[in-house]
Amino acid sequence: MPPEFIGRAYGRHPPPLTPGYKSTVLRSPRMPSLSLATPEAERYGPVFGHADLAPLDHDLIRNHATTGDAIGERTILHGRVMDEHGRPVPHTMIEIWQANAGGRYRHATDNYVAALDPNFGGGGRALTDAEGRYAFRTIKPGAYPYPNHANSWRPAHVHFSLFGTGFAQRLITQMYFEGDPLIPDDDILNTIPDPAARQDLIARLDRNAAIALDSLAYRFDIVLRGRRQTFFEADHAHA
Amino acid sequence: MRETPSQTAGPYLHIGMLPAQVGLRYRTLGSDTLTGGGTAIQIEGRVLDGIGAPCREMVVELWQADADGRYDGAFRGWARAGTDFATGLYRFTTVQPGAVIGAPFVSLWIAARGLNMGLHTRMYFPGDARNDIDPVLSCVDPARRHTLTARAEGGHFVFDICLQGPNETVFFDV
Repeated sequence: MPPEFIGRAYGRHPPPLTPGYKSTVLRSPRMPSLSLATPEAERYGPVFGHADLAPLDHDLIRNHATTGDAIGERTILHGRVMDEHGRPVPHTMIEIWQANAGGRYRHATDNYVAALDPNFGGGGRALTDAEGRYAFRTIKPGAYPYPNHANSWRPAHVHFSLFGTGFAQRLITQMYFEGDPLIPDDDILNTIPDPAARQDLIARLDRNAAIALDSLAYRFDIVLRGRRQTFFEADHAHA
Repeated sequence: MRETPSQTAGPYLHIGMLPAQVGLRYRTLGSDTLTGGGTAIQIEGRVLDGIGAPCREMVVELWQADADGRYDGAFRGWARAGTDFATGLYRFTTVQPGAVIGAPFVSLWIAARGLNMGLHTRMYFPGDARNDIDPVLSCVDPARRHTLTARAEGGHFVFDICLQGPNETVFFDV
């Protein structure tokens, strides 16, 4: 059986109840979670492969397009997925979703006045390679207002969903863009109490990965939980 | 290195995780149906907030062993469903998992707007004598064990997940 995972560093994650982000008030569990050494079930996780991907899944500029490329700042998002020991997480599935360049989502419940782009859907997926690297091509999403406080705006961001190799590593997060002036006041990013942890969600402009006369690039590295390295089993572990 | 912090999946998670539910043209990863050796079963339920209202934009993921209780075989025991925009119901068709240690169960993981981090829980099967010797259920306060057991109803299993309140579901830090 694969080893269990290192316990989650809860100081780096947002707690369930963060009243500054109002949607958590009625949806946050109030009882403490029950901590378990990773059970067998969550030491394993679903394995995905290239059969799960379509050719344009990583290319949000074209994967929903019919009459031309999606409108916006052409952007490459790339990085590495590693575990807490610094080892690459190869061949793992990443899903992303985002608003269009005007800050509008292609979704029945988004009624923001900004226009939809007929050539932009907003979702994509990719597998990491043998070294844990991934890359998406997309357009930079716009900022948008949302009903939290009277004049709440989300900074430009991209949602990321990751699987890792065990279901205990399942993670959803959001990536922000370096230099965005809306970042410091964002009620969602600020659900994370640790300022250093918040910085880890800000992708850095990466001029070396830009494509001349075509696309800027941002780099976002992601760390999933590592597995424990135990040298002796407790004598009572399987009593 | 430290784990990347979690953030809410937000209200528009379908665009990335359940594109077919919002009419997008690119492919949807996985489905709410698993087939394989064993007895076919259906599971359905709702996710209820602190005032008992169904959450209609949840993603619910199921992860389970195959009929022999194995996770490392050919059967990929992972499925995903969105709660219905009208009824709030999620639904899976899958196969009855075998027991690993103790009682058979399926792992469930939920994410949505208002959840800063995905939540792990388990659904056990009603009336299974092995529930009494299950090592995880045994760790749960007896007064809360019922929150982890489905109801058998009309040929399928019903499992509602309560985020808060007197019947708050037990969530696991795994």
